[in-house]
Amino acid sequence: MSFTQSLPVAFAIGAAFGFTLEQGGLGDARKLSGQFYLKDFTVLKVMFSAIVTAMLGVFWLGRLGMIDLAALYVPETYLAPQIVGGLVFGVGFVLAGLCPGTSCVAAASGRGDGLATVGGLLLGVLLTGLAMPVIEGFYVSTAHGALTLPQLTGAPYGVVVAAIVLIALAVFAMAERLERRS
Amino acid sequence: MTSARPYASPYVAGVGLGLVLLVAFVLTGQGLGASGAFANAASGLVGAVAPAQAAKNSYFHSYLAAGAPWSAWIVLEILGVMTGGAVSAVLAGRFAGRIETGPRLSKPARLVGATAGGMVMGVGAVLARGCTSGQALSGGAMLAVGSWAFMIAVFVAGYAAAPLARRLWL
Repeated sequence: MSFTQSLPVAFAIGAAFGFTLEQGGLGDARKLSGQFYLKDFTVLKVMFSAIVTAMLGVFWLGRLGMIDLAALYVPETYLAPQIVGGLVFGVGFVLAGLCPGTSCVAAASGRGDGLATVGGLLLGVLLTGLAMPVIEGFYVSTAHGALTLPQLTGAPYGVVVAAIVLIALAVFAMAERLERRS
Repeated sequence: MTSARPYASPYVAGVGLGLVLLVAFVLTGQGLGASGAFANAASGLVGAVAPAQAAKNSYFHSYLAAGAPWSAWIVLEILGVMTGGAVSAVLAGRFAGRIETGPRLSKPARLVGATAGGMVMGVGAVLARGCTSGQALSGGAMLAVGSWAFMIAVFVAGYAAAPLARRLWL
């Protein structure tokens, strides 16, 4: 196992991840839930700023030949289970006011509701795993491999990147307007 | 409470998070995750309690076959998330035992809601093969189609369910 795949590196990357989430206030379920009542768009702003930053970094490091894009992991698409999973997940997100990563930050910053969410997550994953023999047909359906938006649309990588940057800026502007109104 | 520092700007925190994600991609070839740690923990539990059953179950077996689930990369990453979150909270004077809840909701009811929400998210994360970290954030930055489909579905369902859950938060 290489150094970069090693467990101290995993721990260090996780620590930086948790630190930035807490700095952004993403351990507070009241703040996260405000997203769904158009009061506090912290979730959307943090998420889209992070996606845009990493997306631009990967794009430019690849373009400058500093990283091998083909070596980067792209999650495989299973369209139907991922859409249904997302719909189910969204309901849980509103109920808990936290997502899996932020529930760990909430628990680690002393919050009992974070710990309860962590426990619920473990139970939910455990039960769904036990049900896998029943749901496996659906779980592996609509497989499209490591499909990306440029492949799907036929648009060049740089064009898709630019389009997402523009969408993110529009989303930020809308979020700022809605927050001022509330 | 007066000593607690305000949170960072969400844009600053987001760019910081994006740089952490970029470093993860460059160093390890993969992004960040969270629900995968729960999948490893669940697989480790089933593997310890009922090894024969775990071996027959394709989901748990896939994690157990990848190596010791308690020392998987993503489990160490999540232990890091908790440590980093705790350090950040302590440094900012924000570490405190408490239960965050809506103005009309009792604390016990909030704990029930949080547990239920966690369970429901667990179901969704298994189906989607990831959560807001592994799919929305990491797969999103890599422009994976399924990750964007997941992310859009999360927000659609969140906004659809929110009016029914007003009692929890407003």
